[in-house]
Amino acid sequence: MKARVYVTLKPSVFDPQGRVVADALTSLGYGDVKDVRQGKFFDVELEGGDAPTARQRVTEMADKLLANPVIESYRVEIL
Amino acid sequence: MKFAVVVFPGSNSDRDAWHAASQVLGEQAELVWHKDTALSGADAVILPGGFAYGDYLRTGAIARFSPIMAAVSRFAERGGPVIGICNGFQVLLEAGLLPGAMVRNRGIKFVSRHVHVRVEHSDTPFTAACRPNEVLELPIAHGEGNYFADPSTMTELDANRQVIFRYVTPTTSRSRDGDPGEGGDISDAANPNGSLNNIAGICNRARNVVGLMPHPERACELALGSADGRVVLQSMVKTFTERLTHHG
Repeated sequence: MKARVYVTLKPSVFDPQGRVVADALTSLGYGDVKDVRQGKFFDVELEGGDAPTARQRVTEMADKLLANPVIESYRVEIL
Repeated sequence: MKFAVVVFPGSNSDRDAWHAASQVLGEQAELVWHKDTALSGADAVILPGGFAYGDYLRTGAIARFSPIMAAVSRFAERGGPVIGICNGFQVLLEAGLLPGAMVRNRGIKFVSRHVHVRVEHSDTPFTAACRPNEVLELPIAHGEGNYFADPSTMTELDANRQVIFRYVTPTTSRSRDGDPGEGGDISDAANPNGSLNNIAGICNRARNVVGLMPHPERACELALGSADGRVVLQSMVKTFTERLTHHG
């Protein structure tokens, strides 16, 4: 079973990297770029189990380690 | 007194902290490997700067699972003084021993230079020897020192007087004769990384755990450009000595 966890900075947290990427896109001529938010994802491969169990396990992992709840939010997808 | 300096894989300021405590202050200091499980009778703990575990995942995120951190947490819970410097501060945040989190510097760049910080409160073990509002010139060297906390945490930090150091403008007087001089003001220009409210360092509610981004241990001798950091470690020695006297 494979799960993907998307981790992004919360909307209330300024993302300096995303801002720089947005500025670079603007310099490339993409004048319609209003904002960019940068994030990351983790592909977690689990042994056995069903989709609901995998979702529950990976959500637990995200809470404990993959995301920092102070600044980040996450979303789990079962692949 | 005896300082324990925790060494994580990737720590790079561990020797600086050891040197400041043992060679400059003349106190006992011991390097404690992160896989150790005991602090071997230390009176204070220093979590040093560096890039523990290569800053993988998030700064300090993996280091908090090191075996020694269980001992550090127990030590802190019993009221033991713990200071986290730079990466050590990030570890304390990830471990939940201090509130908030660090994000990338506002200007993206890694910033390595001297800054000025104002000591906001002298009732912690690491600021006890500071004058009120004393301004210290200390080096910083970090890419993620942009302190963030949600509005309710920020309100709580202020209400409990937990902001211990703030980035401020330089002062005209650096002498410790009581003349505050000009400057020492909070301004956006004095903020090197975008930290909320110019926060450079905070403490926990019990005030025994302190974290700061600047490096006092790298500014303990004039040959290094500033000896202002010495007062931070001297504060710890003062607190320890007074406790001994107090308890007779």
